[in-house]
Amino acid sequence: MVSDSGLHATYLGPILERHGYAATSLLQILREAQEHYGYIHPSAISYISVKLGIPRARIEGVAGFYSFLHLRPHGEYRVLFSDNITDRMLGSQPLLEEMCRQLWLQQGKVSEDGLVSINTTSCTGMCDQGPAMLVNGRAITRLTQQRVQEIGQLIRNRTPLSDWPSDFFAVDDNIRRSGPLLGNTLAPGAVLSTALTLGSENIIEEIKQSGLRGRGGAGFPAGLKWEACRNAPGEARHVVCNADEGEPGTFKDRVLLTRQADLVFEGMTLCALAVGAQHGYLYLRGEYRYLLEPLQAALQRRRENKLLGKNILGQPGFDFDIVIHLGAGAYICGEESALIESLEGKRGVPRNRPPFPVTHGYLQQPTALDNVETFCAAALAIHMGAEKYRAIGTPKSSGSKLISVSGDCPRPGIYEYPFGVSVREVLADCGAVNTRAVQVSGPSGVCVAASEFDHRLGFEDLPTAGAFMVFDDSRDLFEVARNFVHFFAHESCGFCTPCRVGTALLKQTMDKIAAGHGTQYDLHEIENLDQVLQTSSHCGLGRTACNPVLHTLRHFRPAYESRLKSLEFKPAFDLDGALARARQMTGRDDAGAHLKTEGA
Amino acid sequence: MSKKLRVATTSLAGCFGCHMSALDIDERLFTLLNLIEFDRSPLTDIKHCGRCYIGLIEGGVCNAENVHVLREFRKNCKILIAIGSCAITGGLPAQRNHLDLGSCLTEVYLTEPGLAHGYIPNDPELPLPLDKVHPLHEVVKIDYFIPGCPPSGDAIWKFVTDLIAGKTPELGHGLIKYD
Ligand SMILES: Cc1cc2nc3c(=O)[nH]c(=O)nc-3n(C[C@H](O)[C@H](O)[C@H](O)COP(=O)(O)O)c2cc1C
Ligand code: SF4
Ligand code: SF4
Repeated sequence: MVSDSGLHATYLGPILERHGYAATSLLQILREAQEHYGYIHPSAISYISVKLGIPRARIEGVAGFYSFLHLRPHGEYRVLFSDNITDRMLGSQPLLEEMCRQLWLQQGKVSEDGLVSINTTSCTGMCDQGPAMLVNGRAITRLTQQRVQEIGQLIRNRTPLSDWPSDFFAVDDNIRRSGPLLGNTLAPGAVLSTALTLGSENIIEEIKQSGLRGRGGAGFPAGLKWEACRNAPGEARHVVCNADEGEPGTFKDRVLLTRQADLVFEGMTLCALAVGAQHGYLYLRGEYRYLLEPLQAALQRRRENKLLGKNILGQPGFDFDIVIHLGAGAYICGEESALIESLEGKRGVPRNRPPFPVTHGYLQQPTALDNVETFCAAALAIHMGAEKYRAIGTPKSSGSKLISVSGDCPRPGIYEYPFGVSVREVLADCGAVNTRAVQVSGPSGVCVAASEFDHRLGFEDLPTAGAFMVFDDSRDLFEVARNFVHFFAHESCGFCTPCRVGTALLKQTMDKIAAGHGTQYDLHEIENLDQVLQTSSHCGLGRTACNPVLHTLRHFRPAYESRLKSLEFKPAFDLDGALARARQMTGRDDAGAHLKTEGA
Repeated sequence: MSKKLRVATTSLAGCFGCHMSALDIDERLFTLLNLIEFDRSPLTDIKHCGRCYIGLIEGGVCNAENVHVLREFRKNCKILIAIGSCAITGGLPAQRNHLDLGSCLTEVYLTEPGLAHGYIPNDPELPLPLDKVHPLHEVVKIDYFIPGCPPSGDAIWKFVTDLIAGKTPELGHGLIKYD
């Protein structure tokens, strides 16, 4: 008989070998280990613990942090419905319920035969082709009643995922409007050749002159970041590409990684040349697992063409290579310092900042970390020259921006615009009518009401990481905000109490109002909570968690007030109903076994 | 001297840890007693709460009796304060919230050997447990919250003396503890 640990050694051995027994690869090791059983077996943890020389508690701590990692059996088939508001608007909720009925199970539980579990997950980045789901980590789009039934059947028959109809897994790019970035016809290596003639200092100067600002949301000038990284003291330097794309409603990085993988890698290599880095990492969100193989192939091609590896393009000493790290379902890992923690194989908890990643990033060494689109735009800016690039867009927001349009419009997808385009123009292009509001830049961004549609996308007016979710006048903005609040409560990493508790309280208060128990008092409480979250949270997640409520309260207060029960205080739940189970268990029905409504 | 302010305190689903912590104000208790007098409180053993300026409550709401006591406090206290994690979030007792109440009762009184008398107690004298443990603010309006498990004696001192002095209470650096 093969011993238990021997059993695990057979598949874990090669995984550990491939990762060089490095503790920094723990997350990757756990991901791969899970692919074997669908969960991480307790004996597998013991084995990894011994081989890597790290305590079991740390391994379980890491596994417990990421929602795609499981320490207990979770079903042979793990179905996760994307739960962004756009999925809901396309009818995901009834589909989920129907699938639960079809397979005889409760949401969140594993079926008794251990075959399947069904639950929800945060936005999977398929908003333009939802409702979407993940089955064992593979994205399936455009769910319909029929498709869900077919999936249920395939699961019942235990059909391996590889034998499912391939059109289930088709992901469209839906590029609706192209521009200098999406329309480029650059050959791989073209930008690097130009860059080599410029040299490190001039590259940074060009990027500074181009006015390029980060596309991940905060809009920090890329040239300054690269310069600070190059000047920071350190033994080694790193380039990290943030492809975590977790902000609900954003899916432009997915399209760039599908269509423009070479440009992304070219931008990263350009950055490496500028800052003097030798190691590059692409942090790919787990939801985009299906892109791993094509991206690996693109990297391999670049190595073969001397665009990665030693002496790139024959330039002595220009050594740089890129590895891909997969995330495992944690929105917070999009925050740069949490991302770096995750890259190091730890729980994705944001670090104290300062020091910033440019000086103390990966392994505490200088690290230039940028969004996918930023690297593409940097490559383009070098190709076009700073002056030409700067001519696109507005004075403080140069270049073009990819906008991910979803929600109530006939033409959802990717639109590339010069910065400065107005909300109204985007709405017209995507064919939206009777629009009530647009959520710009996702739940942590702003809710723009009709009176503000002339505002322009750009850092001087409406900054955006790219999400553009359209709500027409049939939509209830209270429910939109409630969905976002649930998202934040789910994704809070739990490190600091104001956010861990505050987002949960915010969620409960919104649910209380939704259930018809809300009062004016609760609206005040929301405002108090906002204050606490904004002023005392450790990172941006907590600080922006109340934006959806604040903005919808500002523009759509009646959507809240119409739900309030009265202006006085009311309990959050049915008090007498809460005694029902105890009455049933004790067989009591006396007066003391009931709670009257006060004042009644 | 002006009339002393009346203060009531009680523990619902709590461990009395917050009350113990309040005693950590040590000799300042004498200063406090110059300004206030206790109404219903474990310190006085008065059974029902009368008209008060401040009510301090530790512990969440886990049964019908807790609801009655909490309502009595709300009716009688001008300012009602939730003190400690249990009162604010449900705290430790709320750990039972992900279990079904029925299976808890079955496990304790019917299946586990030792404790069981073979039936689930149903004497009308006993308060019925709610199916979930709730924080105070889900049952009545709460005016202030003092976080901590428990909040330190200094925090409680600062909070209460601020209130008595007519200031909006502010817990400065070092006095706010969440866990
Ligand atoms: C909660 C949170 C989530 C974030 N998620 C992402 C993300 O998914 N992708 C991204 O590029 N930046 C994200 N950011 C911003 C990053 O921290 C960082 O500013 C950005 O990646 C820097 O790249 P840039 O300068 O190219 O924009 C997030 C920030 C916060 C606070
Ligand atoms: S604000 Fe929220 S997400 Fe950020 S560190 Fe605190 S708990 Fe984690
Ligand atoms: S908050 Fe802590 S000290 Fe206070 S009652 Fe609850 S458990 Fe006890």
